[in-house]
Amino acid sequence: MTSINVTVNGTEHQADVEPRLLLVHFIREDLEMTGTHIGCDTTNCGACTVLLDEAPVKSCTVFAVQADGRQVMTVEGLAQNGNLDPIQEGFREEHGLQCGFCTPGMLMTSYALLEQHADPSEGDIRKAISGNLCRCTGYVNIVKAVQYAAQKKAGG
Amino acid sequence: MTLRTSPEIGGMGHSLKRKEDARFIRGQGKYVDDVKLPGMLYLDIVRSPYAHANIKSINTEKALAVPGVLAVITGETLKEYNLHWMPTLMSDTQMVLPVEKVMYVAQEVAAVVATSRYAAADGVEAVEVEYEPLPVVVDPFKALEPDAPVLRTDKEGKTDNRIFHWEAGDKAATERAFAEADVTVKQDIYLPRILVASMETCGCVADFNATTGKLTIWMTSQAPHAHRTVFALVAGHVGLSEEKIQVIAPDLGGGFGGKVPIYPGYVIAIAATVVTGHPIKWIEDRTENLQADSFARDYHMTAEIAAKKDGTMTGLRIKALADHGYTDAATQPSQFPAGMFSICTGSYDFPQAFAEVDGVYTNKPPGGIAYRCSFRVTEAVHALERMVDILADELSMDPAELRLKNFIKPEAFPYRSILGWEYDSGNYEGALKLALETIGYDDLLKEQVEKRARGELMGIGICSFTEVVGAGPSKHFDILGLKMFDGAEIRVHPTGKATARFGTKSQGQGHETTYAQIIAEELGIPAEHILVEEGDTDTAPYGLGTYASRSTPVAGAAAAIASRKIRDKARKIAAHLLDTNEDDLEWEPGKFSVKGSPTLSKTIQEIAFAAYTNFPEGMEPGLEAVSYYDPPNLTFPFGSYICVVDIDKGTGEVKIRRFLAVDDCGNIINPMIVEGQIHGGLTMGLAPALFEELVYDENGTPLNGNFMDYLLPTAMETPKWETAKTTTPSPHHPLGAKGVGESATVGAPPAIVNAVVDALSHLGVRHIDIPMTPDKVWALLREHGVTE
Ligand code: FES
Ligand code: FES
Repeated sequence: MTSINVTVNGTEHQADVEPRLLLVHFIREDLEMTGTHIGCDTTNCGACTVLLDEAPVKSCTVFAVQADGRQVMTVEGLAQNGNLDPIQEGFREEHGLQCGFCTPGMLMTSYALLEQHADPSEGDIRKAISGNLCRCTGYVNIVKAVQYAAQKKAGG
Repeated sequence: MTLRTSPEIGGMGHSLKRKEDARFIRGQGKYVDDVKLPGMLYLDIVRSPYAHANIKSINTEKALAVPGVLAVITGETLKEYNLHWMPTLMSDTQMVLPVEKVMYVAQEVAAVVATSRYAAADGVEAVEVEYEPLPVVVDPFKALEPDAPVLRTDKEGKTDNRIFHWEAGDKAATERAFAEADVTVKQDIYLPRILVASMETCGCVADFNATTGKLTIWMTSQAPHAHRTVFALVAGHVGLSEEKIQVIAPDLGGGFGGKVPIYPGYVIAIAATVVTGHPIKWIEDRTENLQADSFARDYHMTAEIAAKKDGTMTGLRIKALADHGYTDAATQPSQFPAGMFSICTGSYDFPQAFAEVDGVYTNKPPGGIAYRCSFRVTEAVHALERMVDILADELSMDPAELRLKNFIKPEAFPYRSILGWEYDSGNYEGALKLALETIGYDDLLKEQVEKRARGELMGIGICSFTEVVGAGPSKHFDILGLKMFDGAEIRVHPTGKATARFGTKSQGQGHETTYAQIIAEELGIPAEHILVEEGDTDTAPYGLGTYASRSTPVAGAAAAIASRKIRDKARKIAAHLLDTNEDDLEWEPGKFSVKGSPTLSKTIQEIAFAAYTNFPEGMEPGLEAVSYYDPPNLTFPFGSYICVVDIDKGTGEVKIRRFLAVDDCGNIINPMIVEGQIHGGLTMGLAPALFEELVYDENGTPLNGNFMDYLLPTAMETPKWETAKTTTPSPHHPLGAKGVGESATVGAPPAIVNAVVDALSHLGVRHIDIPMTPDKVWALLREHGVTE
């Protein structure tokens, strides 16, 4: 067992974990925050995407011990004081989700994109989310959702 | 369709934002793997490395010594309870855990129960199984050869590997049509084995309470009631009783047909909770999902069309071989072993047709589920729409013109096809003409001529499909005898709000929103005041579930009919309140008013309150209704799709430049959701057309059982879909609606193949089997002398 200290959505968590414990399992099972999902075992689907010190990572491919002393942000951390982030609004307004299983990962990846690029092109958006699979939507409305959020953030 | 309700009421035709999204965008969806119960244990499965082998021994000693491992369950354990075999939904049989031999790679061999996921996985590694390999049958054609080993030795008297032989149509008359034809064309077409691979894999949490005898199981189920009944039938003899089985299908991360079968894992988890007395969680990982769940397609077809010189099609003949793997686990409710395959005459007025299908066993996982389509429609449409293009090529006719010439005419509906389907409504030329005009077909043809002159490869492909969705009617459709109806129950509360429950189960289709819209349309109660619940067999009325695009055609109709029953009672109450005659009342969504005196009216909310406080003498209080709807016929949505591709001569990559889908699904409940369904369906049509295929080597070992090599389209490969619509209501559906979720998956692949073949037709290419991967196209280009 290894002792770790991880800050998730602003709250510090201290825990003793097996060195092999994946970050996604730490978040889902130890912290009981089930918004982050698991869709594969080969780092392909992106359902598990969270931000680790502001960069999107696939939390199924990070050990919990690697997050020691670092900041993690999950889908549960997007809304502030009950107010949705523009990216969450965008997904709802543009019908960017159906079953919702890929959605938390998609939200985190696109949130990180917009933090980097305030005004991404369609190509930028498609490239940014190309590590996140969605079996339901066909991506067109996800692109629109991200564009909606970009506009909203720009005050439009 | 004109809107009958205001946006505040939000009935049919409004693009209401989805109710379910509020929880999903906050990460508050509740999927099966999110269920956590006190004392819960984890189950993991030992799987076979052989496609066919006797099990000589299973040694669990080392596994039981692994810290955290509490039990190992084998076929012998289940045999004590006679639970080692179970029926499939096709009344074939399937092993839960084997006692004698395994039949495919990745088959369940034993199960480990432990205190954590990790400990269970460690336990799986430590189980020692000794196998004795047996000869393997992978090729379905070889499976039918006389010297092939008989695989299902468990079936007494079985002397070959044939599951069924099935025919439709008049063979002799079709032969005559071919003999008399001016032209005939013939082509072998293979649709490979694929898997729906919903983003959420399958799994369950099973919890048995020994004191009360109640089993609660949260499971990835598209058909909770049917599954409950199957569990009661399979395990009735060990004390599970249907009223004490509660199946809960929570939020599902996609389904597409993959969550209709009952997988052994569910049954093992049930056995494990009964044996251990603890709740048991089983969640398959992606590799297990891609290697062991039930598969789609795997259809080897030979298709032929007979025609006159002028292009009039006079006969269709298709012979198919279906590889079902080691058991017929098809999840199709029709009484025909090849499902809806006889829809193969499609959108055309064929005077003669004959289809025959043989199903065979091989050493592969169970096959024959759907992949976002009514069973075997995609295969039928693919064969036909390819053949129409091949005939056009043979006759040097424009493929659009050939289609227009042979379409069933709008005035011919209801139309009875030569293979026996009664099409409810259609306007095929309307859809194709709109598609041709919208995409600018003539300009594209000109562009293609210019590009060809420059040596560039550009192709245009058309597909004009007819779908068949919404099973029942119950006289033709059942699951293990359970008739294919569906239920809706609506309760209007005193304050005018309502709760509605259904026997279906959304997997992303947005039922919480669309069913509310149907009720809003019929009762005028705002959709936001209607709570829709599904997926809990303790509370929902019986229904057969959601697949084959049947929710709107069947449960949607039940919602409308239950609403109308409520409206009938509301009319009586309104007459009582307004002190008038029922016949003097007029309905507009949301209120009854006295004819000629519109100020004298009662809203549905006032009526609801009166139903509990001030109802006419002799009337039962309350305002509720239930409807179990058995449709008189299926619905037949249709569409015309046009795809434009450019092919990279250097890499063989197919680039979809444009794709236009013109769909007609009758009257629409929520245009935004319908468009979303079409986008998703198109992407699941693109997937097998260009990327997906499960490949097995000669030992039956899957060569691509994970997302590294089984490629799902990402945002990079998926084009910007274009959509348009025509509206031809279904005459028999109470709302004039038809199903839509699967149309695009059926219609897209032939449009894409036709476009790619068109790009290469001047080289003499007539057909390409899917998936049209870059290496396949590249090899074809080199074969035909095309270099960069
Ligand atoms: S779970 Fe698929 S990438 Fe992490
Ligand atoms: S919404 Fe279902 S996988 Fe994306």
